[in-house]
Amino acid sequence: MLKYTIRRLIFTVPVLLFISLVIFLLLDLAPSDPTGNLPMTVPPEVREQIRLALGLGEPMYWRYLMWCNQFFIIEPLNIIEQAWGFCWGDCENRTRVMSWATRSPVVDLIIERTPQTLWVVGMSYVVGIIIAIPIGVISAYRQYSWFDQTGTFIAMVGFSVPTFFTGVLLIVIFSTLIPTDSIFWLPSIYDTTHKVTDWDSFIFQIRQILMPVFVLALYNAAQISRFMRASMLDNLSLDYVRTARAKGMKERVVLLVHVLRNSLIPVVTVLALNIPHVFGGAIITEQVFKVNGLGALLILGIEGADIPLVQTLTFIFAILIVLFNLIADVLYGILDPRIRYD
Amino acid sequence: MTEELTTKRTSQWKDVWLQFKTHRGAVIGMIVFSIICFLVAFGPWFWTLDPNYIDIRAKNQGPSFLHPMGTDQLGRDTFSNLLAGGRVSLLVGVTAMALSVLFGTLIGVISGFFKRLDGPLMRLTDLFLALPLLPLLLVMIMLFRDTLRGLFGPETGIFILIVSAIGLTSWMPIARIVRGDVLAVKEREFVLAARSLGTHNTQMITRHILPNVMSPIMVSATLSVAAAIITESALSFLGLGFPSDFPTWGRLLYDSTNFMKLSPERVIYPGLAISLTVLSVNYIGDGLRDALDPRIRGR
Repeated sequence: MLKYTIRRLIFTVPVLLFISLVIFLLLDLAPSDPTGNLPMTVPPEVREQIRLALGLGEPMYWRYLMWCNQFFIIEPLNIIEQAWGFCWGDCENRTRVMSWATRSPVVDLIIERTPQTLWVVGMSYVVGIIIAIPIGVISAYRQYSWFDQTGTFIAMVGFSVPTFFTGVLLIVIFSTLIPTDSIFWLPSIYDTTHKVTDWDSFIFQIRQILMPVFVLALYNAAQISRFMRASMLDNLSLDYVRTARAKGMKERVVLLVHVLRNSLIPVVTVLALNIPHVFGGAIITEQVFKVNGLGALLILGIEGADIPLVQTLTFIFAILIVLFNLIADVLYGILDPRIRYD
Repeated sequence: MTEELTTKRTSQWKDVWLQFKTHRGAVIGMIVFSIICFLVAFGPWFWTLDPNYIDIRAKNQGPSFLHPMGTDQLGRDTFSNLLAGGRVSLLVGVTAMALSVLFGTLIGVISGFFKRLDGPLMRLTDLFLALPLLPLLLVMIMLFRDTLRGLFGPETGIFILIVSAIGLTSWMPIARIVRGDVLAVKEREFVLAARSLGTHNTQMITRHILPNVMSPIMVSATLSVAAAIITESALSFLGLGFPSDFPTWGRLLYDSTNFMKLSPERVIYPGLAISLTVLSVNYIGDGLRDALDPRIRGR
């Protein structure tokens, strides 16, 4: 198992290098000029100096190496030092990736925005799983019943209706049609400066997180319940289920102990694989509910042509995908002994 | 005797159609999708109001006889905007699908058929699957928007950009499915027979391999139309799609979110159009998958 994990870990290195190269080249070869947004009155010589100051005069491979060095070595060092408060080497003058638009270190911006995204995305994922697994189990156990048919239809709808429409629809219903003083009224804008101090502010936090979480949870639950149903159906027809029943096990034990545990193996890996995509999907939901999380930061960077910010964020999304692919593979090996390669 | 045999024989496509008909959701989806396509294709001939005609005195109207879905903040007719937007959204969906199916099939067939290229091409597919697609799409549009606008004009440029960006980022699942099927078909006896008759590789692929992997390609093609429509509307919704005087369903939805308090029904129409289209296309894909699977078809 350890050998397999290590081999898998080593394989992520070329993947990460490839992705960093793609992101770097995409932004570097693109015909957009970082000085393009400057006023027309800036003379060409000054423009050239600005370009040189940004390091654009160096050959491309050198810039790529410098970027990798900055991203993989210097910035992690900065984060570690900030977190534990010690200084190792020349920590005062170490370079940082600066955002062109806000003139502050990109990493600080990202750290500032991460909690909001994690709250909304994490909550929605948990809620989605809690809804989806019972639905998947019952749908599979009572295949082709009215429950299964309804579940299939709702899953299809949840899968097909884009989150930006469900979100807007909920806002129309709960924020504009319902009067503001009603208890069913929900705020359409997520206020990230809100702090939970007492019971009332806690209730407000619940109310404002309800809609974004529900929108994302519906979308996630639609997918997960399908996986759960398919996986349960695969297992229900196997011999060990018949054996368990023949031994005189209660139906509840057969279903919830024998079948559910085995069916969860592929579902757990799918859950791990899907987490990065949920982050991607959250870009849209954040935009709908004006949550100022990572997705909103990315959109802000793209609208302002803030290349360092966009580069870093895209690469962080890529790292998430690679990381969770790795976690899914290792989890699959741990949970299912038949998968192990060694 | 021979007559009886020939009357009993049904063609493969008739069988597929018979199985397809038993899938209720797929049939309803087919009807809904046909209606949407018909309205979008021929609607502007009957509903001749110009979607870009600004009638500022008739702004923000509710549904009326003159404007069945009301007007927007500049007095443009919502219904004709919806029809015009549907043309663009469906066109983007179909073109992007064609592109991704083309890439996916090409890479899938090559890596399944030629053993030497299998490893590198599949690693490439894995690497592409590890890319963060939505952020990259946004970045691609940000970077190439102005150049392509300058080259082909504002509308065609963005169209080319969006279609090729979606096509470039959605071929991977198709390539994987096609490769798997090609690997299975390649080991069958008829391929060996064709090989011993001296069939050349190109002919082998076009005559023997491709027709036998057609069904998964068709299912993926259907489903990727739906995915492309959603992606395009998501891009438009994030404000990185077509310019605002050029309606698409996502763009209409994005523009009307600013007037949700004033005219909430304006948000519903484009959203409903996107959802209905995607839902019906997904159902068609579902029915097609069942209909094209010979193991299910017999039952």
